[in-house]
Amino acid sequence: MNASEIRALFAVANRPEVVSLAGGMPYTAALDYHALAEVTQAVIRDAGPAAMQYGEGQGLPALRQQLTEVMAAEGVRAQADDLVVTTGGQQALDLVAKLFCDPGDVVLAEGPSYVGALGAFASYQAEVVHVAMDDEGMDPVALEAALQRLAAAGRSAKFLYTIPNHQNPAGSSMSVQRREQVVALAESHDLLVVEDNPYGLLDFKGELRPALRSLAPDRVLYVGTLSKILSPGLRIGWVAAAEPVRDKLVLLKEAADLCQSNLTQHVAERWFATQPWLRQIEVFRDVYRRRCTALLDELAASFPPGCSWTAPTGGLFVWVRLPDGVDARQLLPKALSARVAYVPGAGFYADGSGAAELRLSFCFPPADRIREGVRRLAEVLHEEVELIDAIFGDRR
Amino acid sequence: MRPVKVAVLSGGLSLERDVSLRSGGRVAEALADRGHSVTRLDLDDRLVPALVNGDDEAVYLALHGKAGEDGTIQGLLDLLGMPYTGPDAVASALAWDKVVAKGVYRRGGVDTPEWVALSIDAIRDMGAVQALDRVIERLGTPVVVKPSHGGAALGVRLVPEASALPAALVAAYSYDDVVLIERFVEGVEVAVSIVGDDVLPPVEIAPRTGPYDFSARYTHGATQFHAPARLPHDTLAACVAMGEAAWRLAGCRHVTRADMIVDGGGRPWLLELDTCPGMTETSLLPMAAAAHGWLFPDLCERVLAEALASAGLRVDAAVTP
Repeated sequence: MNASEIRALFAVANRPEVVSLAGGMPYTAALDYHALAEVTQAVIRDAGPAAMQYGEGQGLPALRQQLTEVMAAEGVRAQADDLVVTTGGQQALDLVAKLFCDPGDVVLAEGPSYVGALGAFASYQAEVVHVAMDDEGMDPVALEAALQRLAAAGRSAKFLYTIPNHQNPAGSSMSVQRREQVVALAESHDLLVVEDNPYGLLDFKGELRPALRSLAPDRVLYVGTLSKILSPGLRIGWVAAAEPVRDKLVLLKEAADLCQSNLTQHVAERWFATQPWLRQIEVFRDVYRRRCTALLDELAASFPPGCSWTAPTGGLFVWVRLPDGVDARQLLPKALSARVAYVPGAGFYADGSGAAELRLSFCFPPADRIREGVRRLAEVLHEEVELIDAIFGDRR
Repeated sequence: MRPVKVAVLSGGLSLERDVSLRSGGRVAEALADRGHSVTRLDLDDRLVPALVNGDDEAVYLALHGKAGEDGTIQGLLDLLGMPYTGPDAVASALAWDKVVAKGVYRRGGVDTPEWVALSIDAIRDMGAVQALDRVIERLGTPVVVKPSHGGAALGVRLVPEASALPAALVAAYSYDDVVLIERFVEGVEVAVSIVGDDVLPPVEIAPRTGPYDFSARYTHGATQFHAPARLPHDTLAACVAMGEAAWRLAGCRHVTRADMIVDGGGRPWLLELDTCPGMTETSLLPMAAAAHGWLFPDLCERVLAEALASAGLRVDAAVTP
C-alpha cells in the first residue's frame, strides 16, 4: 500500500462515526475562550495598526521576550535576541534543514521519529539515519555506534534531531543520564543537536527534565512551539540559535514568507503578558493525563497477547508494537471499516521499518470514546492474529 | 435541458470517500454551471431528513464503494420514491459482488478470467489454507488477488508466484471478507462506458510504469489514456459487444463502465462492471465522453436526464451536445 492510498483512506478518519486515535490535534476546546476573546479584543483595540502591519523577520520583540519566559519555565535560558519566530515548529525544522542540508547529507534521528521532521529533511534530500530508542529515549550506545559507522564510511552527520520529552511518536522521554551522555557524545564528535521540544510542559506530573540546550547552549538549536501549550491555530513556533546561525535563519524566514503573522504574534504576546498561562497548561495536562490513563487501561484490558506499548508520562502519544507478522499499514482498511483510526508506524521511519508498529494519540477524543476506539481496534487485531495464524501457521 | 433541482450525493463512510468527494465536487460544479439548482449531501444521518423535507427532484449518485454502490443507497432512494442516477438496487448489488457477477457473466456467455473465491471463514474455520495449492494448480501463475467488493484497485495485488499468495490474501482480507483470486491476463486494459443508449469510445489504459493501481489511477500523468483505444477495429467492436452484453446481464441502466483486458490474441476478458463510475479529473468515463464529443457538463446532464426519464419526469429538450 502506498502513501497516496493511505492518504485517501484517511478521508474516512475525519468522520464523526470513526474514533480517530490518529491525528495529534491538541484539545483546543479546553482553552479559556473568555480570556482569549478579551486578549484578542485588546490587541485590536490597543494595537490595531501595528498588529495589522508587517512585522520584523525575526519576530515581534515583545513576544520573543515572552517566549524566553516560556523556555525559562523549563529551565532553559535564552535571550530574546537569540530567537526567531516561525510558523509553528514545523517551519523552524524546515528552515534548519534548508540551512544545513545538502542532498545526500546525513541527519541522525530517533527511530521512530516525528513524521513532519522526516518530511522536512527529505524535502532537502537529506538521508535520515535512525538511532534506536527505548523507554528511556535515544540509546547513547546506538548513537555512538551510528557515529562510528558514519566515520568509518568517511561521512559525518549534519546534525542530530531529537525530541527528548514525551517523544512523537513513541511517547517516551530521555532519562537525565542519557541526556548527559548524548550531549557528551555530541561534544566529542563535534555534532550539532536540534532539540525539538513541543511536549516538555505537558508532563502529567509537571516534572521537568533538563533541556539538552541547558546542558550545552552552544551546541544545541532549540525548537519550541505554542501549538501544544496554547493553540496550533496561531501557528507560532520558534528556534533559539546563537549567531551566526540565527542571522541566517532570519534571512531564510524573510525569504520564505517575510514575517510571522503580526496579528497572532500580538495575541500570543498579550496572552503570556496578561493571562495565567501556566494554569492553562495545567488544564491541558489534566485532560491529557486522564485520557492517557483511559487509553492505557483499555489497552491492558483488551489488546491481544503479543502486543506491547509505551507508558507515557506526558505528551499526546502511545506507541504500540504489534505481534509478529501483523502489518499496521495493511490492517488500516479493516480498522477504518470497524470505525477506528490510527497512524501506521512505517511513516515514522525513513528506512521502511516499523511495519508492526503504530501510533495512538489520546489528545482529542474524550476518554469514553478512546476506550471504545481501543476496543474496536482490539477486535480487529484479534481477528488479524487469528487469520495470520490460520494462513501461516507454524511458518510465522 | 430544463433547470432541475438535484442533490449530488458523495462521500460516505466507504474507503473510497476521498475519490467520491472529488467526483461529487466536479459533478456538482458542472451541473450548477449549467443552471441546475444543486445541493450537496453526504451519507450520514441527516440524509433522509434532507431528502424527505427538501424539494430535490432527483439524486445524482457520485458515491463509490460500500453503501454507495452496493444497492444500499439505491434501495433507500427507491423506498423514498426519489429518482436517482445509475443502475437500480438489484443491478448495483449484483455488480458490486465480483464473485457473483463473474458467475452471471460466464453463464451469459461473456468471457471472464478463471477465478477462485475464498472467504475468510473458509480460511479461518475450515482449513482452506490446505487447498491453496489447488488454487494455483487451477489458475496457474501469476494471479491477481482482489477483495470481492470494492473499487479503485484498493487491496488488489499481482501475485507472481505461489509463495506470495498467502501474504496477498492477508492484505486483501483487510478490505473484505471474501477474496477473489483471478488468473492474470496479460494485455491491454480497456474501459467501455455506456450512457443510456450511447456506447462511448473504448478507453485504453497505459500506466507509465507497473500496474494500474490506486496511485496510477489518481495521480495526474501517472497513466496515459487513449480514446478510442489503439486496437484493431474488430477488437474494439468485440470490446463494445462485451460491454453491452455485461450491461444486459447485470440489468444496468443510465450509466455503467465495463473494465476488461484484451489479451495478446485480441480477445477481451471482462473483469468487472462499475455501476457508479468515477468522475474525477483522471477518471475513465469523462475521458470516454470527451472522445465522444461531450463536455463534462454534457455528460453529467446526460446521466441526470436518464434518471429523470426513467422516473417519467419531464426533461424538456434532449441535450444536444
